[in-house]
Amino acid sequence: MEALLNIKDLKTRFHTEDGIVNAVNGVSYTMDPGEVLGVVGESGCGKSVHALSIMRLIQIPPGEIASGEIWFNGQDLLKLNSSEIRKIRGREIAMVFQDPMSSLNPVYKVGFQIAESLKLHKNMREKEARERSAELLSLVGIPEPKKRLDNYPHQFSGGMRQRAMIAMALSCDPKLLIADEPTTALDVTIQAQIIDLVIKLQEELGMAVMWITHDLGIVAEMVHKINVMYAGFIVERGNVRDIYKNTLHPYTKGLLGSLPSIDEAPGTKLVSIPGLPPDLINLKSGCPFYARCTYREERCRNERPSLELADSNGHIVACWRWEELQSEGVK
Amino acid sequence: MNAENSVLVRVRNLKKYFPVYQGILFNRHVKDVKAVDDVSFNIFKGETLGLVGETGCGKTTVGRTILHLYKPTSGQIIFDQVDLTDLAENELRHIRQRMQMIFQDPYASLNPRMTVGSIISAPLDVHTSLKGLDKRERVQELLSIVGLNPGFVNRYPHEFSGGQRQRIGIARALAVNPDLVICDEPISSLDVSIQAQVVNLLEELQDRLGLTYLFIAHDLSMVRHISDRMVVMYLGKVMELADRDEIYKNPMHPYTRALLSAVPIPDPDKAIRRDRIILEGDIPSPLNPPKGCNFNSRCPMATDICFQCEPDYVEMDSNHFVACHHAGKINR
Repeated sequence: MEALLNIKDLKTRFHTEDGIVNAVNGVSYTMDPGEVLGVVGESGCGKSVHALSIMRLIQIPPGEIASGEIWFNGQDLLKLNSSEIRKIRGREIAMVFQDPMSSLNPVYKVGFQIAESLKLHKNMREKEARERSAELLSLVGIPEPKKRLDNYPHQFSGGMRQRAMIAMALSCDPKLLIADEPTTALDVTIQAQIIDLVIKLQEELGMAVMWITHDLGIVAEMVHKINVMYAGFIVERGNVRDIYKNTLHPYTKGLLGSLPSIDEAPGTKLVSIPGLPPDLINLKSGCPFYARCTYREERCRNERPSLELADSNGHIVACWRWEELQSEGVK
Repeated sequence: MNAENSVLVRVRNLKKYFPVYQGILFNRHVKDVKAVDDVSFNIFKGETLGLVGETGCGKTTVGRTILHLYKPTSGQIIFDQVDLTDLAENELRHIRQRMQMIFQDPYASLNPRMTVGSIISAPLDVHTSLKGLDKRERVQELLSIVGLNPGFVNRYPHEFSGGQRQRIGIARALAVNPDLVICDEPISSLDVSIQAQVVNLLEELQDRLGLTYLFIAHDLSMVRHISDRMVVMYLGKVMELADRDEIYKNPMHPYTRALLSAVPIPDPDKAIRRDRIILEGDIPSPLNPPKGCNFNSRCPMATDICFQCEPDYVEMDSNHFVACHHAGKINR
């Protein structure tokens, strides 16, 4: 099966007054059609920037896609001109953003905003686009969709706005849906609704989904594969079970340890990751996680580990000591 | 635990209504937003009481009303045997020294024009007579207590990350040696790894300083981690109150069950095995709460009685309070 998305050595950086911010530092991976991928990491690890690079939504300047190739459906997105990419953006690849209030335009009706892309990409007439918009709203579970088309975003609750954003993203049957922390601003019960909805829609429509989040708890039940990112690098990647059950990178271990488990014994301490993510302007030459790693040794300071295959399932990790730690059974 | 003198805060039939006015010439009081509607609970000395619920359920209003930042519409707050209801403003200020608050948004709750030193010393200026070097020493001591470099006193908030700012907020709350700290969603705007740092810090400070926390959050897993007992609120009312293990093992209210099942499990095997209860719809507007039980519009178990009369808040088990007509009749 040919990959839907094939990213090779993507590097994105920003030129700022303080220096060059190296946001994405050589990311490579592939995604199959219909695959659900989780991209996990803390704020500032480059997960959103790498997604915006795929959509070619990086503002240039100050941004710059310094090198790399992004092959989507047989064409390199980085080589397309702006009118060509516009045909892909929104139609082939759609995105749902984190904050549903600021990503919907408050002065246009919801129906108008959904119909806009239908008219643009599918050349639909007004009436047809309106009918399709109503269908999309009911697809994402908004009651009385016909009435709701004439509402403004402020008349929607947070969960409904995110549903409307998803309806908008699905309007042109994209092959790839990128969801950038779509539930971070929502309550747990509404978060559960949205996750449930996306799983259902993914199964029905068969599109590929990239779910970006900082919380490993959310993606456990919905994704097939996970990329763990840190400081603009992929530090671990594998099938979802391998990531949770056979965690190799100390950073991934830290992320999992930070989550309280719902059935933990009283008095359990959380294993937090000490310190802060590194400064992306002055990135040192060694392992990016060196400063916060519990298992660091001298080599980690100066030499940057590259991704190595850890088993036959395609589980890869960038750590000098993963084998040692695995054989010692460090959890 | 239950001895009279171990209760630090007694909340009795607390109501907080926000009036809604309509009309320009004759500004009529048309209705009320019932943000908190008849809430009662105790906070014991040295415990952490978790307060959970969705956005708009009134949990923040409860926290602020306990501090009398909002005047209650009716009901009583009794703090260490002192009824706050009739206290004059200066007496209130005096007692507020013993109750402090940590706010949700570490970006909005620190004045960007003040240095860290002056932010932390503001409560010292109000409540103590510390001056000059003594004050500076106290500020530096507080910074090191929360794990920041004491040399940071002259820096401004923008130089810090979210987690560090939250530590500054914690230092400010601890400046006057409070007994009660109300933590109003202190971690919800932070990354998970930083959340764990802040929660560990709060737990450590509690052990060291003997603090009592009211921990407000919507994230049930973190509340369960830090709390001794939990209160679940929905639309201004308490739905369930019990020890944290009891509420986890034996949730009696359908809303608590739904909340528990919405908690993400960081384990693909367990996550697939469990049955999730996905609540339909959104929380109704507190302007027009449903007739009968507040939760009836989203409850999977609602029957006729739930639409007609409001359930009583009763003690089903020892120290396990529930407000549901069907409590105890449903199996897990």
